[in-house]
Amino acid sequence: MTGSLAIVGYGLSAIGPGIGIGLIFAAYINGVARQPEARGMLQSIAILGFVLAEALAIFGIALAFVFQGE
Amino acid sequence: MSLPLLAAADEGGFTSPSTDIFWQPLIGSGAFAITRPAIVFALTAVLVIVLLLAGTKRLAIVPGKRQMAVEAVYGFVRNTLARDIIGSKDFRRFIPLLVTFFTVILVNNLWGVIPPIQYPTMSRIAFPLALTIMLYLTYHFVGIKRKGIGRYLSGLVPPGLPKPIVPLVWVLEFASVVLIQPVTITLRLFGNMFAGHLILVLFITGGEYMLFHGGFGLKLLSVPTFGMAFVLTLFELFVEFLQAYVYTMLAATFIASALADEH
Repeated sequence: MTGSLAIVGYGLSAIGPGIGIGLIFAAYINGVARQPEARGMLQSIAILGFVLAEALAIFGIALAFVFQGE
Repeated sequence: MSLPLLAAADEGGFTSPSTDIFWQPLIGSGAFAITRPAIVFALTAVLVIVLLLAGTKRLAIVPGKRQMAVEAVYGFVRNTLARDIIGSKDFRRFIPLLVTFFTVILVNNLWGVIPPIQYPTMSRIAFPLALTIMLYLTYHFVGIKRKGIGRYLSGLVPPGLPKPIVPLVWVLEFASVVLIQPVTITLRLFGNMFAGHLILVLFITGGEYMLFHGGFGLKLLSVPTFGMAFVLTLFELFVEFLQAYVYTMLAATFIASALADEH
């Protein structure tokens, strides 16, 4: 069996952003459920938070491919 | 989609797709080759220009179907992105840039799932990088022009911080504005399109291998594999819209923070 350990490492590193994005949208849903009229404002904040958490996962996949050949 | 891969599958086991599938020179070779994404990008430019011109050719107070569609896209970028984020005072002059970002990225991304083309241009880093260089020059230029270079640099630190930590925060904010923000916005668009395309190729070529080269069990398993390919294509469609929105939103955010009086 051959392959790159870097990809397994990426799989592990995706756990963090995954949990983070889950927490962000949980908070968003909570906020909208409590105060439906704040939806528009909360939505852009939630997307901004989602984007920041997602950046870590994207760095992970870029680095996984960079170090694949080592 | 990736002919080299299908050919390789004939000789022995299944080869999973790698980064090589993105390098597809059509004319010439080496650094100056005209590649498939370059042609797709040129096609996008023509398509966006034609669609926008056709939609705004005969402007009427009661809009027709085409004008309505163009106005919906324009209005979305103008109202929910430019005006709400940059602020009603100086959002007007950034609308052309932001509408260009949104339409070009959206059409380029959508090519990723449209059958005869099926290549998301932004999965080659050069394309998002070129967009980001434009954005980078724009937001530094307007920031420095508005405040002068000294106030632009000193305005990076939020006001009201205790004195001792001001230099530390300034270094962080400076690194963020000069390096981290443009790198993350580029890598986000690139990474999403790259990973999405890779996973579609994996499921589709994997399903093809199972169906035509596998035993009876694998032939049965190819059905859920193609099912996953279908589901992930729909997911990609969603991601493509989301990334065009996110890129434009972040572009507006960067411009807004470069123009803001206090951080």
